[in-house]
Amino acid sequence: MLLAGRPPVLGLYRLSTTDMIAALKLTLLLLALAFSQGQQHNYIDELDEEAGTVRAVQASQYVSLWPLPQKVKISDISFKLTSFNIVDAKESSAGPSCSLLQDAYRRYYEYMFGSAKRQGPRKSRRTGPSELTKLQVWITSPDSECDGYPSVTSDESYELSVDLPYAVLKAPKVWGALHGLETFSQLVYEDEYGAKSINSTAISDFPRFAHRGILLDSSRHFLPLKVILANLETMAMNKFNVFHWHIVDDQSFPYLSRTFPQLSQQGAYHPYTHVYTPADVKMVIEFGRLRGIRVIPEFDTPGHTQSWGKGQKDLLTPCYSGSKPSGSFGPVNPILNTTYDFMSQFFKEISTVFPDAYVHLGGDEVDFTCWKSNPDIQKFMDQQGYGDDYKKLESFYIQKLLDIVTTTHKGYIIWQEVFDNGVKLKPDTLIHVWKGNQEQYQSEMANVTSAGYQTLLSTPWYLNRISYGQDWRGHYKADPQDFNGTEEQKKLVIGGEACLWGEYVDATNLTPRLWPRASAVAERLWSAKEVTDISDAFNRLSVHRCRMVARGIPAEPLFSSYCPREYKGI
Amino acid sequence: MCNIEVMCIGSFGRYTRPKCNLILLIILQLGLHTVEGVWPLPQSFTSSTERYPLNPNAFYFGYGRQSAAQQDCSVLDAAFKRYFSLIFPDYTSGYGVLRFSGDKPFTVEIRVDHADCDSYPNENSSERYNLSVSAGQASLNAETVWGALRGLETFSQLVYQDDFGTYFVNKTEIDDFPRFQFRAILLDTSRHYLPVQAILKTLDAMAYSKFNVFHWHIVDDPSFPYQSRTFPDLSSKGAFHPMTHIYTQSDVRRVISHARLWGIRVLPEFDSPGHTQSWGKGQSDLLTPCYRGSTPSGTFGPVNPVLPSTYQFMARLFKEVSSVFPDSYIHLGGDEVDFSCWKSNPDVRAFMQKMGFGGDFTKLEAFYMEKIVNITSALNKTSIVWQDVFDYHERIPKDTVLHIWKGTPASYKEELSRMTKAGMRVLLAAPWYINHIAYGQDWRNYYTVQPLNFSGTEEQKKLVIGGEVCMWGEYVDATNLTPRLWPRASAAAERLWSDEKQTSSVDEAFPRLQDFRCKLVRRGIRAEPLHVGHCKHEYQGV
Repeated sequence: MLLAGRPPVLGLYRLSTTDMIAALKLTLLLLALAFSQGQQHNYIDELDEEAGTVRAVQASQYVSLWPLPQKVKISDISFKLTSFNIVDAKESSAGPSCSLLQDAYRRYYEYMFGSAKRQGPRKSRRTGPSELTKLQVWITSPDSECDGYPSVTSDESYELSVDLPYAVLKAPKVWGALHGLETFSQLVYEDEYGAKSINSTAISDFPRFAHRGILLDSSRHFLPLKVILANLETMAMNKFNVFHWHIVDDQSFPYLSRTFPQLSQQGAYHPYTHVYTPADVKMVIEFGRLRGIRVIPEFDTPGHTQSWGKGQKDLLTPCYSGSKPSGSFGPVNPILNTTYDFMSQFFKEISTVFPDAYVHLGGDEVDFTCWKSNPDIQKFMDQQGYGDDYKKLESFYIQKLLDIVTTTHKGYIIWQEVFDNGVKLKPDTLIHVWKGNQEQYQSEMANVTSAGYQTLLSTPWYLNRISYGQDWRGHYKADPQDFNGTEEQKKLVIGGEACLWGEYVDATNLTPRLWPRASAVAERLWSAKEVTDISDAFNRLSVHRCRMVARGIPAEPLFSSYCPREYKGI
Repeated sequence: MCNIEVMCIGSFGRYTRPKCNLILLIILQLGLHTVEGVWPLPQSFTSSTERYPLNPNAFYFGYGRQSAAQQDCSVLDAAFKRYFSLIFPDYTSGYGVLRFSGDKPFTVEIRVDHADCDSYPNENSSERYNLSVSAGQASLNAETVWGALRGLETFSQLVYQDDFGTYFVNKTEIDDFPRFQFRAILLDTSRHYLPVQAILKTLDAMAYSKFNVFHWHIVDDPSFPYQSRTFPDLSSKGAFHPMTHIYTQSDVRRVISHARLWGIRVLPEFDSPGHTQSWGKGQSDLLTPCYRGSTPSGTFGPVNPVLPSTYQFMARLFKEVSSVFPDSYIHLGGDEVDFSCWKSNPDVRAFMQKMGFGGDFTKLEAFYMEKIVNITSALNKTSIVWQDVFDYHERIPKDTVLHIWKGTPASYKEELSRMTKAGMRVLLAAPWYINHIAYGQDWRNYYTVQPLNFSGTEEQKKLVIGGEVCMWGEYVDATNLTPRLWPRASAAAERLWSDEKQTSSVDEAFPRLQDFRCKLVRRGIRAEPLHVGHCKHEYQGV
């Protein structure tokens, strides 16, 4: 929708690199978005940037599709979109009562045609031969899942055919239809005067990985609801399907618990202005559901819990200096029965508030010094015969916690340390890999999968870590299945997550810091493994970022250039 | 839970001013804040715990009887209007206005020595002020209206609200003036176009940190958004888009007049002979045709220094620029000239021969820059050039200001020494390339710069007229400009305004800067956080 014209390229492309390079040579450069040669005062750039990097934004044969669909065929036959509607196909199993789809139709109509008045079908007016008047959305399986929640096994596939007499979007479930609508909207482009067109296109698409997540941290800084919702919206534009809500941590406890309201009353930055009420949480979940996004909450224990202690007495371990309590507190106290009573009640609430089948239980970075200092803990260690091995105590805690969560009929995700420390885990546990350099995380992925566990990768995608220049290229190159292992092991990799930890991020800078850098991760997790041409990615991503900007999302630039519609906020 | 921490710290002037009293900072855990300080730190600051409630319905700005400026002073009248809303952020929304019938009126009385209300701030403008807050009134005295603006900013930062929304100001005495006369922010509107709104918002935020020069790097290689009256083709062919990505004459006037009302000078940069690719699109024969062997390759290099038409063009362009931009300084660039295209061109080589430059292309650049500097001198403008020009050519006119942008601390200190020894005035930007981002609290590096810590005499040190924070535009546009700039630029602002001895501790600055960044957020500036924590009023946009 942002291009003034488009390259007339014919043919079906199985996505091999040689094809892409060959096709690029044929591609007419109808639009050069950027022209940039000099690098004033950026001597650092010369060190940072790779030689031979294509700097100017050029037109990709796939125009502005992001993430790139599995199979695309775009022809140079174009249709005008002057009087256009999105409608349910007669055969569809989801009709007008499916508000999820009706909502999505309106959303995408507005993205494509802006505030332009919706044009009803005008019968008197003859449409020209090259005019496309509607997109039919056809949910093909008997259960559309319209009123359900997306899950890790949801079918997200779709097929899109843009041709006369009308375009058809076929998907087994509503989840695929949502992705197909996004793709359709990415095919629409406009000329200099705002007239919209779309080319005849055939797309068949499905995700490479089932779990494609974004982690936001609402503890180190509180994130107003608006910011979270805007990012769910942007996630949908990038076909992400999991919002990992790292909702509480040491710094603050903004989750308002019905069972233990004092947790946020005492543990939030402010008990009224810096909390998420049950209604807020519901809104996030429903807003996510309407976009095919799962909301997985993380309640990280036994470490990262300083804020919990403010509202729940005796939950944390009192640290000692010498023979006296020092007044400070450590991780959750694993030796008291009251701890487990509390956790049972708390996670019972969580299991009803959050509909997803999974909950993230954290388990990372437990500091043992406080446990070591506490005489009661030392006594308990002796009784249990743990010696000095505090990992055993951690395992003891985690195992009890996992048993508790199992009774709520939830599956769980845990950070890699829990696996590293040899805690007994249910076979369907998801292990979340976040540590180390490339070599280390790849060997961790190999270890986790050879033990038969499913895994998620985040290490290369800590987007809170910023540096000067185009770091998205590094994020783009990382591949979660790139480790030594069998085909069976590779299948246990169900996806990955981009993490935006909150030390230096709040509502003021979250969105431009996350987008379009997270978009690089989105394509890695959605598109075929062979989609690795970084200069083609640069061209498509540049247009995709301008599309996000045109939709009101302050996604930051990749390099010197411009968007036809610049960001209007300030 | 109402955990009250009371801590005593030395007053801000404790290193140099024995007369200062201890002040109390009372921090309630619920984010209730009292006076946590002013940013940048005033030169002399004394405050007591005695405080006075302020009622927006009984709050006035007034002109003192001896003030040279009176009603209808455009700069101050506009400032009163702005600062009323900044001082009472709840007032217009009608929230938190508690009326205590017992509240006495409070007046801020301004007295200035010169009624320079309709002029522009310039390099000699005094920004000194003193501010005395007592029961029922504050007296703000300044030599110029520009000093009064700085004092109003300080006053607005002294006002705070308690948990119930009541406004207070403490008894305070301030005597303040800037350490450096030139405290600038550079924005680059060529690598990305910045909508006028984004520029105006930046000017607002600059005033909150007491910056006083907007260095507008308006054109460069990627685009030429300045719409010239004399040469309209420059933007119609050289801008990213000839209609939507340009600055019209009225846009430029709007920026200049907005800046004036905040006491900010607008310094335009038209960088040449390098960084001019976009100029060539709308002005044929301006750039040097590059050759491959004996034929032109179709690409172009820097401005062609051998054609008389080049200088005719430049004279007309700078004549226009000097009338559009009222400031008496113009930035001429002169950096990073790539000689390879000049070398390839037979006409340039012939010219070199004729001039006796041999193979030394720095002489050709010096020849060019000298002609451009002469053009601007003839227009009664003072030139600023990037350091490259001095590095090539030590005998440039003495009133030219040199702008240091390169190198490590060791090398820019060396450059400061050399330039000031040659008697040249200098601006320092090298340590404040704020477009270079890194993970963590890099503001600490910007804060701990010591601009005068180089070997040289007292006379030499006086030639350092100030510093500049540069936000080059490769990776920055309206989507991320504000959070990248603020509050990181504020760290440099304090270095350039405040006394270095009083502000030598970055850890003591930290809580005050955190508080200041929340003030920026409250004022609608998307200033990013320094570290974990919260603001009472978080940013409400997306």
